[in-house]
Amino acid sequence: MLEIKNLSLTLEGDKGPVEILKDINLVLEDHMFYVFTGPNGGGKSSLAKVIMGIYQATTGSIVLDGVDITELGVTERARLGIGYAFQQPPRFKGLTVGELLQLAAGKGKQVKEYNLLLDVGLCPQDYIDREVDFSLSGGELKRIEIASLLARKLKLAIYDEPEAGIDLWSFSRLTETFQKINEKFDTTMILISHQERILSIADEIILIADGRIVEKGKRANIWPLIMEEVSCINCDECTEGTDEVAECYR
Amino acid sequence: MKLLNAIDKHILQTVAGMHDMPQGAYNIRKNGEGIIRNSTANIEIIPKTDKPGIDVIVKPGARGESVHIPVILTAEGLEDMVYNSFDIGAGADVLIVAGCGIHNPGDKNSRHDGIHNFIVRKGARMRYVEKHYGEGDSHGKKILNPKTVVEIEEDGYAEMELVQISGVDDTKRDTEARLYKNAHLLVTERMLTDGDQYAESKIIVELLGRDSSARIISRSVGRDNSRQIFYPVAVGMNRCRAHVQCDAIIMHQAQIRSIPEIAANHADAQLVHEAAIGKIAGEQLTKLMTMGLSESEAEETILRGFLK
Repeated sequence: MLEIKNLSLTLEGDKGPVEILKDINLVLEDHMFYVFTGPNGGGKSSLAKVIMGIYQATTGSIVLDGVDITELGVTERARLGIGYAFQQPPRFKGLTVGELLQLAAGKGKQVKEYNLLLDVGLCPQDYIDREVDFSLSGGELKRIEIASLLARKLKLAIYDEPEAGIDLWSFSRLTETFQKINEKFDTTMILISHQERILSIADEIILIADGRIVEKGKRANIWPLIMEEVSCINCDECTEGTDEVAECYR
Repeated sequence: MKLLNAIDKHILQTVAGMHDMPQGAYNIRKNGEGIIRNSTANIEIIPKTDKPGIDVIVKPGARGESVHIPVILTAEGLEDMVYNSFDIGAGADVLIVAGCGIHNPGDKNSRHDGIHNFIVRKGARMRYVEKHYGEGDSHGKKILNPKTVVEIEEDGYAEMELVQISGVDDTKRDTEARLYKNAHLLVTERMLTDGDQYAESKIIVELLGRDSSARIISRSVGRDNSRQIFYPVAVGMNRCRAHVQCDAIIMHQAQIRSIPEIAANHADAQLVHEAAIGKIAGEQLTKLMTMGLSESEAEETILRGFLK
């Protein structure tokens, strides 16, 4: 269980300090599947990074299974079982997909690279020895990033817009994978997403806007709110948007 | 291995991957003289009579064979100069493992200057691996100045892997290659310098023949106060292709200069160069730390991959 109490985050911007997160209070239970959604720039990724320790909270506290982790760095939190899949994962010259997955699983630990790659819709034979460099497309890189989290036994797994750059066919396979992990393990899952399809498989939706938690609740209760309160005023004229895209409802 | 002590064996393993006497032809040079030598039916190693060094002659058509020619320097103050010539017969396919390790126990400089000449004959293929390594805690410098000249005849192919692992205080590498019709060359250079080390590498490839091609890939890491200069040049004299790529990670107070040059003297020469120097990206470190690695483990992992 993860408890976030009175948390705020202020970062130094070009024009002075910017308050990114304000008075966040949140309890995330084991085995639950949460989706953070809301407008761009609302604070979803920042909150994820504060949980991972990439950003240090300005005030407030974070408690994982009764242990205060507020002062801990990224490595220590990772070792306690928190994982974060980047929205835009970095590339590594010379490091192969297989090696990256082994690093994720931990030294000397057995890693089922083949199954992991299949779970994210990549043919293991084609990818296991590929370098995680610029020869990979953005979509391929994202899937490997997701696999690098699946390789670990985590208490809390955060996926930052896992659907971005992934084609629709693989995407349905991916949602199945997320559901499967959620059924199989006690891992608390957080997906940052705008996709209606991902929102539909969540146990709870947390709507974050303007650095605050606006709503938190079951999908059935939150989805209508998203539609009503935050929908785009140009929805009728827009040719790009569809009913399926949560981003239109901001 | 007779005549070889523990230090020698450690060096041989580091620079030539040798645990025991290798299969095939070999020549081990220690402190200025050849101490063990073996020729095979297809590969002959003959000591030069006019100057120090050996002639390695690979018979035409010899395939799947290897030659190991490591050099060990374990005496302080030794200045070793050696001339090695390699004649790779037409249609042959060989692996040559060179490499020099210096264990300098004293305060005087130890130095090895190797001058290697290769002729890769018509249709032959050669893979050449050269690793340079220095060790020893005292003040004596470990200096390595290799000069390599390669001629690749029609349809020939050469792959050269030049690696400076660590501990070499001062190096000036000079590599020249001439490619004839439909000849191909791949040079990959890997270098790591730290402390106050200095490394300079010049590579000049002349693409003389029609449809010849060359790739020069240099990856280096400069740490501490070390300095590196790279000067790879591709000269196109015919319809040809060349790609020069220099990539460096800079750390601490290191200084790195990268000066790739491409020169076309023919309208159908297609030459490309790219060069980049930068720090390890913060995101790369963070990513590995989110997988439970400490910052220094993450750094080590990134560098090891980069120099692989």
